[in-house]
Amino acid sequence: MDSNLNLNSLKEGESAIIRAISAEGALYHRLVGLGFRVGKPIAVVRHGRFKGPLQVRIGNTDIIMRRSDAERIRVIAKTA
Amino acid sequence: MKRIALVGMPNTGKSTFFNRLTGASARVGNWPGITVDLLSARIILGGTVAQVVDLPGIYSFHGFSEDEKVVRDFLENNPVDLVAVVLNATQIDRQLPFALQVARLGLPTVLLLNMADEARHLGISIDARRMAELLRMPVILLSAKYGNGFQSVTQTLLRALDSGTAHAPPDVAQTFSEDHQIETAAAAVMRAAVRVPRRLPENATTRIDRLLLHPWAGLPLFFLFMFLLFQFIFTLGKPMQDGVAWALTELRTLWLEPLTAGLPAFASGLLLDGIYSGVGTVAAFVPIIILFFLVMTLIEDSGYLSRVAFLMDALMARLGLDGRSFVMLLMGFGCNVPALMGTRVMRSRDLRLLTMLVIPFSLCSARLQVFLFITAALFTVETAPAVLFSLYLLSFTTALTTAVAFKNRFVSNEPFVIELPPYRLPTWRQIFLRGWHEVRHFLRRASKFITAGVVAVWLLTHLPTDVPAGGVDTLAGHIAAWLAPVLSPIGIDAQLSLALIFGFIAKEIVVGSLAAIYGLEGDALMGLMAQRLDWVQAYSFMLFTLIYLPCLSTVATLRTESKSRAFMFGSIFWSLLLAWLTSFVFYQGARSLGF
Repeated sequence: MDSNLNLNSLKEGESAIIRAISAEGALYHRLVGLGFRVGKPIAVVRHGRFKGPLQVRIGNTDIIMRRSDAERIRVIAKTA
Repeated sequence: MKRIALVGMPNTGKSTFFNRLTGASARVGNWPGITVDLLSARIILGGTVAQVVDLPGIYSFHGFSEDEKVVRDFLENNPVDLVAVVLNATQIDRQLPFALQVARLGLPTVLLLNMADEARHLGISIDARRMAELLRMPVILLSAKYGNGFQSVTQTLLRALDSGTAHAPPDVAQTFSEDHQIETAAAAVMRAAVRVPRRLPENATTRIDRLLLHPWAGLPLFFLFMFLLFQFIFTLGKPMQDGVAWALTELRTLWLEPLTAGLPAFASGLLLDGIYSGVGTVAAFVPIIILFFLVMTLIEDSGYLSRVAFLMDALMARLGLDGRSFVMLLMGFGCNVPALMGTRVMRSRDLRLLTMLVIPFSLCSARLQVFLFITAALFTVETAPAVLFSLYLLSFTTALTTAVAFKNRFVSNEPFVIELPPYRLPTWRQIFLRGWHEVRHFLRRASKFITAGVVAVWLLTHLPTDVPAGGVDTLAGHIAAWLAPVLSPIGIDAQLSLALIFGFIAKEIVVGSLAAIYGLEGDALMGLMAQRLDWVQAYSFMLFTLIYLPCLSTVATLRTESKSRAFMFGSIFWSLLLAWLTSFVFYQGARSLGF
């Protein structure tokens, strides 16, 4: 699959595996605190309208984040 | 006295646990090295008294958010005998590393796995005994909301306090790094003591979200809820406020007036119209604050407020605000005071300050009374609704303009990455405790300031004693005359300036003060005003009244919530400037067009 895939490019209902988190500082710590880890599955539940935030799900936690932040999370598509 | 610190992530029910443990006795206190309010309470454990401190919810000890700094500073500057870590058992897989971070601090620690009932429901099974062995700290499963497991909580806290020795404050910053080790250790504990079903069952939350976050229906539903809640607070609040006012008047005529009858007129006036009506001004807010926080607790604890952030973010991000700011701004249209207090749900100080700067422009119900009176006096029945609508529109416009003007000064350093907790109904106990805490907070912090302000305005309008009270010869009248060069270019004459000075106490007073200033009431007052003023002046006066200064109680709340005099004065200055400019442009523009 395309190696430049980021969380933003997933459609509603699609899931993938986190490959890299290219964030630092406050954003990085928040993401880790909420369960973002390389190798973990993540699903996009829905997109906010008018280029609004994404709702994503990791494990048993639902999270909303802006698209500009989601861009920093690179993913690889799940292989069946 | 032994001290217990509560730490945990947001949305773990930590505050619910705190309330359950301490009841209604919690107090807001100041702590060395800490700039924010922390709730603390004394509880009796066994035979000794222990102090429990509720620290803000944080995602990690390493982060840079204000709350994370507060927790680190607290632990470094205040000796703690026991740390109680509250984790959400339904999210044990991602929260367990947090408990291991706490363990690194080297303080005696107990681990409280809250929402154990929900976790069981989801099929997550936790072997608390095994986990306690591996972590070398007591582990208790409980439900803070329903009070399950509390007996073993108090026993365990007592035992841990007895066996633990007071430690020197740890250097919290030292626990940086080594995250990798913690991850590995947490994973090992998870494997040994926790079983999580591979696939969690689709729950009610997912189904409710499908409706409430629906691409088309989500926003209209949000506005519908806001409308209903607004109606609930302020239609129910009005008779309650009237009841408080009635009781205060009864007390005054039955007891206070006979008691002060022997005093000179000035002294009894100062006592009754100054101090006593100051107390009345404070009391009038109590029902509204209670109702407001009933509703806020419901929408916050239910998890809906985070959904609002999702729905409104596309618009609010451009203004430097977020969806929660928008809810408070809307509530400000009922009353600015509780809306300002409600901004405490925002954890970033800058985001909060920007929201607090914006709220006073909301056309609250007190201002509406003034505008209803003036439009009735000076506008026809046909044009009055359009006039009122234009004022509402302007209220929104000034609020949004202010946000845009200051968004670069108040930049939130909090990442917009927010958890959407499952929908939960708060218990009545949680709702009432919150209302009670907030009212007490308001009374303790703001009542002196408000009463002093009411007395000051009373003195201004009643000194010197040998001229008609409230007239142009009083100190206030002199101030009004002195302001004439500034206010006459916007069409506001001496009498109206005086009304503005009165209006600082509370906008409701403006109409009453006009009655006192002109010596007429009701229809006669309307008639006189219609003779004295034309519609351009009246509209300019309304514009100025809308924007110039929030009421005294709002200013008092701005000060107590921001904890900054500079912020309060900055907000006042900006409002005055914006009010004058708006009225000036309107008044001079209308005049030059020949109106």
